[in-house]
Amino acid sequence: MTARGHARPALFIRREEDVEIDREKKLSLLKRMLLIRAFEEKAEALFQQKLIPGFVHLSIGQEASTTGSCAALRPDDYIISTHRGHAHILAKGADPRFMFAELFGKATGYCKGKGGSMHIADFSRGILGANGVVGGGFPIMVGAGLSIKLRRTDQVGMVFFGDGASNRGTFHEACNMAAVFKLPIIFVCENNGYASTSPAEKMVAGGSVAGRAKAYGIPGYITDGSNVLEVLEVVHEAVERARSGHGPAIVENETYRYKGHFEGDRQKYRSMDEIHMYRKNRDPIDTFERLLIEDGCLTIEAVAEIRAETAAGIEEAVQFGLDSPLPAPEDALKDLYVNP
Amino acid sequence: MAVREITCSQAIAEAFAEEMERDDTVFILGEDLVSNGGIFCQFKGLPEKFPGRVIDTPISETSIVGSGVGAALTGMRPIVDMHFADFVTTAMDEIVNQMAKIRYMFGGQAKLPMVLWAPDGAGISAAAQHSQSLESWLVHTPGLKVVVPSEPADVKGLLKSAVRDDDPVIFFQHKRLFKQTGPVPEEPCLIPLGKADVKRAGTDITLITYSRMTYECLEAARKLAEQGIQAEVIDLRTLKPLDFDLIARSVKKTGHVVIVHEACLTGGFGAEIAARIGEELFEHLAAPVVRVGAKDVPVPFSPVLEQYVLPQVADILAGADRVLKRKRQLLSVPKAAQVR
Repeated sequence: MTARGHARPALFIRREEDVEIDREKKLSLLKRMLLIRAFEEKAEALFQQKLIPGFVHLSIGQEASTTGSCAALRPDDYIISTHRGHAHILAKGADPRFMFAELFGKATGYCKGKGGSMHIADFSRGILGANGVVGGGFPIMVGAGLSIKLRRTDQVGMVFFGDGASNRGTFHEACNMAAVFKLPIIFVCENNGYASTSPAEKMVAGGSVAGRAKAYGIPGYITDGSNVLEVLEVVHEAVERARSGHGPAIVENETYRYKGHFEGDRQKYRSMDEIHMYRKNRDPIDTFERLLIEDGCLTIEAVAEIRAETAAGIEEAVQFGLDSPLPAPEDALKDLYVNP
Repeated sequence: MAVREITCSQAIAEAFAEEMERDDTVFILGEDLVSNGGIFCQFKGLPEKFPGRVIDTPISETSIVGSGVGAALTGMRPIVDMHFADFVTTAMDEIVNQMAKIRYMFGGQAKLPMVLWAPDGAGISAAAQHSQSLESWLVHTPGLKVVVPSEPADVKGLLKSAVRDDDPVIFFQHKRLFKQTGPVPEEPCLIPLGKADVKRAGTDITLITYSRMTYECLEAARKLAEQGIQAEVIDLRTLKPLDFDLIARSVKKTGHVVIVHEACLTGGFGAEIAARIGEELFEHLAAPVVRVGAKDVPVPFSPVLEQYVLPQVADILAGADRVLKRKRQLLSVPKAAQVR
């Protein structure tokens, strides 16, 4: 793999004044990343125990990218997520209880058991859904952006995607349309190095996803996606720019997934050494925890306490899902039309 | 109620104008709409009357349809102009995987009040890629409603209902009918989706049809009347939801059925109706159901070829003759043979 992150200069120079990130905000970032990690590790274990039907795509290792990006949003802003979407949904504030219930296919799940891992939505929180079609979210977010403009609100929309989806035609159509209409959309690429089994460096022409922004005359940023503060600062700038009517931007967070494309992926396309290198040196949670402790924001004991609280919360959420009833089979016929 | 003669084009413009006047979340999105009021002048006067609410887009059908989905999910009521119905192929993921499924997949959390307005049909030497009737593709996708009107009053009334409907509606407008005139009430009039209409009452044979073929069936019915055969012409108007009750009432009365559509025969919607009649009304049939549709080739360019491929009045008459002859044959079989 080529050198990533700091080795490559950002394509768009950020302004001097960075976002103010106080202690409380830093703590909330850590808590959210820990929640996502705990959720994903639990989902992995439950899948292996065959308690989750279908398949799951985990984002362990990518927590800083997701958390930092969503931390720049307001509750009324929109996001669209992907097949690897648990983290986005959690980062936008969704309730892990209803998420686990959905993963189990229970009636209390976010989608009453009709969506599963790849299709969780919570419209009350601006989560317009995880989309199972790679690159399926771009055009929908263009519509949400258009809607924001027509309704004259100051919301923004954030569409998450991977390096793989950057090669869908939908990406190019949506970037162009968002740019010509100056829509308040942030295209957040979580470049984890692999589109399923295919290395990004072999599939993405031009060297980067953010570099494509130039073609549409919009800003493109590259961040170290393992650094939650850097992600937040950069995304915050893109968000505020969009919110004040200056149009869309592409942010490419260079990140890494520790797990396979899906649970059970044999991962012949990369070495275990590579994974260990990232886990050891670039883990977004470990590095951020160390930083907070060094800065005196947190003690080692406080970190342990937060981790324990998070684990307990996840256990409770899992239990809620396990205890929830299954949907009645005939519920399969409900929810198709508003007026059948 | 005062009635005047107007064209389908005028009916379309009136329907949209009334709905845009009534509800400011209604807007129109598509290619080349503003300068000429659409390529068929179907939106004439609207861009001037509703500035900013008739929006020209880049040639990006995928994103245009996807934008409709995103706007509908976030509080707007978009009308998406497909330019030509044939181009649904360039937005099939947005139509089939997104528009049709999002409400269901997310457990009924969202509604998608959008109309995909698509001029379809052949008969103008537009050749294979601008002449198709693709309704059965979309009828085969749960989650969509499909409207296929004929006369101007139906076009107007159904279009208004489609705009007000909270579910996604595919509205196929036959290109050959833009200039078709017919009586339309002065006052705004709604026609509910899912209600077929008897365009001509008769007792001997039922011609079940929709869209432009309604006029061909009416012509065939006049010719049959000259032979002393009274044909009933049913215009389905909406394929989904389907008004099977009206079909059943007519079939029980006449016992003879010809189904006519412009789409090619194999896998066409006629097969669905024929199957249901066979399953549910077999004992009321005096003869097997006959279908009349286009020949199973792409629509060719040269008028002589095009006419040969498309169903003509003579084909409908031949179909009626087959049904009625078959009855005569069945009646001429000796009683003993019938019992056996």
